[in-house]
Amino acid sequence: MLRDITLGQYYQADSVIHKLDPRVKLIATITFIISLFVVKNAFGYIIAALFLLSAIKLSKVPFRFMVKGMKTIIFLLLITVIFNLFLTPGEALVSVWKLTITKEGLKSAVFMAIRLTFLIIGSSVMTLTTTPNNLTDGMERLMGPLKIFKVPVHEVAMMMSIALRFIPVLLEETDKIMKAQIARGADFESGNLIKKAKSLVPLLVPLFISAFRRANDLAMAMEARCYRGGDHRTKMKPLIYKKRDAFAYFVLLCYLAICIGANLLVIPGVIL
Amino acid sequence: MSLILDHVNYIYGGDTELAVHALRDVNLKIPDGQFIGLIGHTGSGKSTLVQHLNGLIKPTGGAIYFNGEDIHEDDFDKKKLRSKVGLVFQYPEHQLFEIDVFSDVCFGPKNLGLSRKEVELRAYEALKQVGLEDEFFYQSPFDLSGGQKRRVAIAGVLAMKPDILILDEPTAGLDPKGRDEILDRIAMLHKTMGITVILVSHSMEDVAKYVERIIVMNKGRVLYDDMPKEVFKHYKELEQIGLAAPQVTYIMQALKARGLPVNTEVTTIPEARDEILRIYGKHA
Repeated sequence: MLRDITLGQYYQADSVIHKLDPRVKLIATITFIISLFVVKNAFGYIIAALFLLSAIKLSKVPFRFMVKGMKTIIFLLLITVIFNLFLTPGEALVSVWKLTITKEGLKSAVFMAIRLTFLIIGSSVMTLTTTPNNLTDGMERLMGPLKIFKVPVHEVAMMMSIALRFIPVLLEETDKIMKAQIARGADFESGNLIKKAKSLVPLLVPLFISAFRRANDLAMAMEARCYRGGDHRTKMKPLIYKKRDAFAYFVLLCYLAICIGANLLVIPGVIL
Repeated sequence: MSLILDHVNYIYGGDTELAVHALRDVNLKIPDGQFIGLIGHTGSGKSTLVQHLNGLIKPTGGAIYFNGEDIHEDDFDKKKLRSKVGLVFQYPEHQLFEIDVFSDVCFGPKNLGLSRKEVELRAYEALKQVGLEDEFFYQSPFDLSGGQKRRVAIAGVLAMKPDILILDEPTAGLDPKGRDEILDRIAMLHKTMGITVILVSHSMEDVAKYVERIIVMNKGRVLYDDMPKEVFKHYKELEQIGLAAPQVTYIMQALKARGLPVNTEVTTIPEARDEILRIYGKHA
């Protein structure tokens, strides 16, 4: 029942994208998102689509896994499209009652929808091809310079990996407690909002208690292995850039250059 | 109050590549008043099986009948089924949530929509049945010892007055004394109240003393379903699937192999003692 969360779900496969350094993937994802907001015409979006499609193709992850993440933002997407469609002032195309669809509104609605869709799929490519541990490793290294400003980079990264690691554990725990309470006649589905909220108490209290117990046990286990934070800590598998990572950066740079170049391109006769 | 499982199959994660066939063609009949041991190695499907018995999991194939009614028919009252088939999960103390022991035990009967008086009467009775002293009734359940917490959790299910009581590894994580206490209590409940008890365990030693029927699960299938002494005859096969017969079985088999004409069907230590004495009595 709670198993449908794609974010942070790694898909095991043997592909070039999987093997890339997590730092490359993080920077590429950020660059891709920026590029989506930089491009101004249809040509730019075609390039972005091609870039995204080739990344998906290379990753060997089935396309349906990418689309899974879309379910969660479908409402956000609809609202954005509707607002853009009706509330942008400009040259009227269709007018029904008080609602007017303008040429500018249609354009920005379509662009917004494409941006959001690409944004979610783009970040799904990253999370599906990178293990959570690798991802936090990459973040820790990328945020490394912030240590100068006394930002506890290692601690933040450690907290993130622990949080990610415990999502499936707590989901399983929730499932178990839910079943145990249903076996005692609990009802989580019927009734109004207040009754439903009240019915969650027998689920949430044991869940919190178990989360605290686990946190305590984990802290003990880490202390027992002499964990003292990030200072002087070495890694078993340190991140090292390889040739393919350099190549990936080069491809990324080319992509960004083409995107910016596309903005200058004006195709006569095309309205978008 | 019989439960019948008819060609029950269950597959986890149906449409993905990681599908697991947890139950394969399980056929069982659970009549009134039996004390049954359900034994299997970790991952043999025993926990999955018991969750089918009160309708928490819907089988992907086959049907389950309670008193002749299919429990997954649309008009079947599942809440009533769950009050009749009480399921105590593994580590049941993890589901305690109320501010005191007594209110927690009240949770089950209260969900059945009974009157306040009836609810409290049942809770009191159930706590007495598991042998918890009055002084603990109004303490926080989190202040009790592990064995006490578990007894409270079992009382929480007993208070619903089930006809069939299923306990999933009720002794996991308890010391030998706590284990014997819980098992003796359960055996007494079975005797005095005449309810059907299904004891899930991976230890033959635990159940051999109490049960009259053993169901052995392996890789989602029912491997044996018979009286304990019949099941223990297959002790070599049991070893192959990571289980073992009680130690007494091994001793008797070894004695027989060395030429002592003992009856190898005994399952408990007192029986074994009597059997050995009998032989020497004859010889002497």
